[in-house]
Amino acid sequence: MIQTLKPFMAALLAKQMREDGRGVFDYRPIEIEVNPIPRANGSARVKIGATEVLVGVKMDVAKPFPDTPDEGVLMVNAELSPLANPEFESGPPGPAAVELARVVDRGIRESHAIDVEKLCIVPKEKVWMIFVDIYPMNDDGNLLDAAALAAMIALKKAVIPKYDEKEGQVLHKELTKEKLPMKALPMLTTFGKINGSIFVDPTRREEKALDSRLSIATLEDGTVSAMQKGGFGTFTQKEIAELLELSAEKGKELRKFLK
Amino acid sequence: MTKVGAPEKLIVNGKRLDGRKFDELRELKVKAGIIPNADGSAEVTLGETKVVAAVYGPREVLPRHLSEPDRAYLNVIYTMISFSTSERVRPGPSRRSVEISKVIKDALAPAIFLEKYPKTKIDVYLEVTNANAGTRTAAINAASVALADAGIEMRDLVASVAAGKADGELLLDLFEPEDNFGEADMPFAMMPRTKEITLLQMDGELSKDEIMRLVEMNTKACEQIYEAQKAALKEKFATEKEAVQETIENSEGDKQ
Amino acid sequence: MEKLYANDRDVVVPGELLAEGMEYLPAGKAFRDGEKIHASTIGIVSIKGRVLKVIPLAGKYMPKKGDAIIGRITNIGHSGWTLDVNSPYNADMNIGEATQEYIDLARTDMSKYFDIGEYVIAEVIAISEAKFIKISAKHRPYRKLKGGNIIEVSPTKIPRIIGKQGSMINLLKDMSGCDVVVGQNGWVWIKGTPEKESLVAKAIKTIEKESHKKGLTDKIKQMLSEVSK
Repeated sequence: MIQTLKPFMAALLAKQMREDGRGVFDYRPIEIEVNPIPRANGSARVKIGATEVLVGVKMDVAKPFPDTPDEGVLMVNAELSPLANPEFESGPPGPAAVELARVVDRGIRESHAIDVEKLCIVPKEKVWMIFVDIYPMNDDGNLLDAAALAAMIALKKAVIPKYDEKEGQVLHKELTKEKLPMKALPMLTTFGKINGSIFVDPTRREEKALDSRLSIATLEDGTVSAMQKGGFGTFTQKEIAELLELSAEKGKELRKFLK
Repeated sequence: MTKVGAPEKLIVNGKRLDGRKFDELRELKVKAGIIPNADGSAEVTLGETKVVAAVYGPREVLPRHLSEPDRAYLNVIYTMISFSTSERVRPGPSRRSVEISKVIKDALAPAIFLEKYPKTKIDVYLEVTNANAGTRTAAINAASVALADAGIEMRDLVASVAAGKADGELLLDLFEPEDNFGEADMPFAMMPRTKEITLLQMDGELSKDEIMRLVEMNTKACEQIYEAQKAALKEKFATEKEAVQETIENSEGDKQ
Repeated sequence: MEKLYANDRDVVVPGELLAEGMEYLPAGKAFRDGEKIHASTIGIVSIKGRVLKVIPLAGKYMPKKGDAIIGRITNIGHSGWTLDVNSPYNADMNIGEATQEYIDLARTDMSKYFDIGEYVIAEVIAISEAKFIKISAKHRPYRKLKGGNIIEVSPTKIPRIIGKQGSMINLLKDMSGCDVVVGQNGWVWIKGTPEKESLVAKAIKTIEKESHKKGLTDKIKQMLSEVSK
């Protein structure tokens, strides 16, 4: 497929067109489902076009990291199951899964989206661990943005389970009325580039044809909390400046789904 | 001896803790064709238990050494999503998931015309997204529909349900407290047409007579599940009915 | 005891009972088990006299002799090429079946004729018991497909894309000015300007999705008469 795909996409993009008729900076239709998974403390299913990602939040209590003795711990993991894409293989997370998890993690962690200081139970002894697990269900490109959006929705809606101080145990089946303390709402936007033409939200076919991609996480005021460039191609300084502007704009659009 | 956390009684006033009758199935929902990338797919919800199935194949066999000269190699992988259980489960296979993958494979194989696809592989991926007992039976129900959705030739669909014993009573489709604190659980699967049994496991203590009564109970429930599987498939392909005229007239191979 | 359980045009699932009695004959994706005839895949029943045929509504493309299919070269061997033909099985094109020209291996490289990643429209000339598929691009209209764009559709929808006596594919070609070649295996090649290729691809995807709807031909005509930007 690769032989004909890139020239075709490049020719269309040169005229500001895309295979599915979208505008160059338009996202595909986005659908969200809040808390579809009763067992999770918070969960979300996000569809961007035909791409579908399921994210769940689970909490537990454990010892904090020695360098942050009074802060809760965030752990983000992604599993690229062969269920979602005929080219995925079974096995432990490979480079693509690890990159996906770490980019989503960075956007959330560096913006201090979760108020981790409020998640301390006993300093140096017991803090809340927040596990965010990402499971793509259908990969039609741009798992990054779908996963990041689903993670933010799941975190925002997550409810803290009861903690029995005496027994030192989390009662996973009992919930408090408390939501996770959130301080910021970072949004991730991914751009692709083919032969110098830049576009947002690549489909799977566009991903196969692209030279490079750039993902940028932004906050409400345009501050950037994460960036990640991928692919064997490059970006110019000018392009990066433009994309920083654009990503803040796109971030605002995506943030509407958090209401 | 009661286990820690066991409720006082699992049967109260002749009813189960979720209000069901002894031979009543939880609410069953079946949907076919939910993963566009897959050759076939389905989602089954049984009470709160939810399982997604995706089938890829028949396709090229890799690694090559798995290739069989006279039939397809059937690969079944059952996994539980980390947030599908009350306590988070570490991602990746466990001894339990490896065993369940194997018994599910043995439950589906008799129904598939594997000999029609020599030197190929059929991959069945099953993911439990929310667990409340009966996950392997829901997985088999989803897998059958996904295989049919993929157009893979089968002798029959496979329907599956578990029955067991709790508080001395024989109960259909145990849910979590009954499964955890009851006396026995018997997962079961069959091909509805011939009533041939393709999965049978038992965990606990049962008399011969109790087993035969549970087999009866499971068989009847599987017939009900089969109707739901059939309906889900027919619903997905219903719109094809009007395309029939063109398909039949052109199926003799109209050249361009 | 002779009895018919299915009606013409019924949608059936694998294992579904269609008829009982030795007088009935299974065809297509139907099989006999003792006295009974059952469907083996999800499909539509077509009853013509005593013949009960099940036309599949899903399933991978399985090559048949005489089919015109599009393949992608994946390997160059000593005496031929291997191709991906969107099927569980790969196809082989022998050096003698590739072209009318005589290929002198002492003077030239096989990749000069067909290289990895290139597409071909070819005829299925033989299928062995062991499912080895032999194809040929030697005679017209079979040939290498240069440039253009390849899209994938469900093989079960190919008859609709071709149309009765080629009516639909001719409509696509005439109205767009594009070259369109349809493979029975679900791959379709479109060549024209990028915008026209994109438009035809969109039209074909619409046919695939709405093959059952009335007025489809008019809808396609309307789509194709859109002037390109």
